[in-house]
Amino acid sequence: MLRDITLGQYYQTESVIHRLDPRVKLAGTLLFIISLFFFSHPAGYLIAAVFLALVIRLSHVPFRFMVKGMKAIAFLLLITVVFNLFLTPGEELVSFWKLTITMEGVRTAVNIAVRLALLIVGSSIMTLTTTPSNLTDGMEKGLRPLKLFRVPVHEVAMMMSIALRFIPILLEETDKIMKAQIARGADFESGNLIHRAKALVPLLVPLFISAFRRANDLAMAMEARCYRGGEGRTKMKPLTYQKRDRLAYLCIFGYLAVSICAGKVIR
Amino acid sequence: MSIILDHVSYVYGEGTPLAVRALDDVCLQIPDGQFIGIIGHTGSGKSTLVQHLNGLIKATSGCIYYNGEDICEKDFDRKKLRSKVGLVFQYPEHQLFEIDVFSDVCFGPKNLGLEKKEVELRAYDALRKVGMPDELFYQSPFELSGGQKRRAAIAGVLAMKPEVLILDEPTAGLDPKGRDEILGQISRLRKETGMTVILVSHSMEDVAEYVDRLIVMNKGRVMYDDVPKEVFRHWRELEDVGLAAPQVTYILHELWERGLEVDVDATTIEEAASSIVNVLAGKNTLIEENDA
Repeated sequence: MLRDITLGQYYQTESVIHRLDPRVKLAGTLLFIISLFFFSHPAGYLIAAVFLALVIRLSHVPFRFMVKGMKAIAFLLLITVVFNLFLTPGEELVSFWKLTITMEGVRTAVNIAVRLALLIVGSSIMTLTTTPSNLTDGMEKGLRPLKLFRVPVHEVAMMMSIALRFIPILLEETDKIMKAQIARGADFESGNLIHRAKALVPLLVPLFISAFRRANDLAMAMEARCYRGGEGRTKMKPLTYQKRDRLAYLCIFGYLAVSICAGKVIR
Repeated sequence: MSIILDHVSYVYGEGTPLAVRALDDVCLQIPDGQFIGIIGHTGSGKSTLVQHLNGLIKATSGCIYYNGEDICEKDFDRKKLRSKVGLVFQYPEHQLFEIDVFSDVCFGPKNLGLEKKEVELRAYDALRKVGMPDELFYQSPFELSGGQKRRAAIAGVLAMKPEVLILDEPTAGLDPKGRDEILGQISRLRKETGMTVILVSHSMEDVAEYVDRLIVMNKGRVMYDDVPKEVFRHWRELEDVGLAAPQVTYILHELWERGLEVDVDATTIEEAASSIVNVLAGKNTLIEENDA
């Protein structure tokens, strides 16, 4: 049941995008998101969509799989669209009861919806094609300059990778405890809100205990293997830029240039 | 009155690239009152199989009948099924949550909607059945030893008075003494109540001594389904799938190969010992030669 969450999940397959250096993907995602704000005309988003479609095609991740993970966001998308549609003042288009739809409202709603959808799909490409450990590796190395400002980059990256690693473990644990309590007649699905909240106690108490136990075990295991922070630590597979990474940077900056120009031209 | 599995298959993560066929066309019949051992290597589908029996997992294909009723039917009362088929998960102590042992054991029967008095009566009865010392009843479950925690958790399922008790690796992580105590208690419990008991394990030693039927799972399929004696005849094949026959089987086969005509089908240490003694009584001289 809980295994079905696909947002932010890694999709294992073989593709150019998967093999790219995580730093490229991080930078690319960031630049892609920034580029979305250059456009003010809906037509401009076509460029972004085409670029994104190309990347998706290259990544070999089925589009169906991506959309499945977006279902959770659909609701959020709907709310933003509805609010923008009805609450933007301007030239009146249709009016019924107390609601009015304005020309500007339609434009903003469409803009925001497309922007959000592209943003979500764009960033999910990164998580779908990069393993969590690779991602934090990339972050650690990419953010290294911040060390000059005394930002504990390594520690933050380590915490992130542990947190990410624990998500599937805790999901599995939740599933297991839930099943065990269901086997003892617990009911998580029916009743009113208070009843349901109360029903969570037999799930949450063992889950917290198990999380603390696991954290404790992990700390112990790390200490037993002489972990003492990032100073002087080397990597088994250090990240180095390959030819394909440089090429990818070129593509991203090319796309960025095109979108800046398009943003200026199409108004 | 029985459980019947009719061509049950189950696939984890169907439709994703990580789809795994955990059960593959399993057909079983589990009559009342049997003591059954389900054995298999890690990932052979044994845990998945038992979760089907109380409706926690819905089969991808195939049907399961409990006392003649299809448990996949929409209007089938699965909550009632779960009270009839009690499932004790692996490391059941991880599900304890109440402030004391007694309240935790009350959780199951309370969920059945019973009266308070009946709930407490059942909890008390269950704790006695698993051999929990009285003075621990009102202790926090988190302060107990590993073996005691497990007893408390097993009592939590027993208090629902199931007709079928399924235990998934009840001895995992226990020391030999704790293991023998738990298994002995379960065996005694079955003799007293006559309930069906299904014991899931990956250790032959655990089950050989107690069960009267052994189901060997391999890669989601039923490989053998017979009395332990017959199953252990295939000890070579069992080794191929990462399992082992009980140690006595090896010793007896070794002795037999060296010319000592012992009963190689003995499965428990007691049987093996008496068989060896019997043969030795007849052939004293031969063994001395062999020893030299």
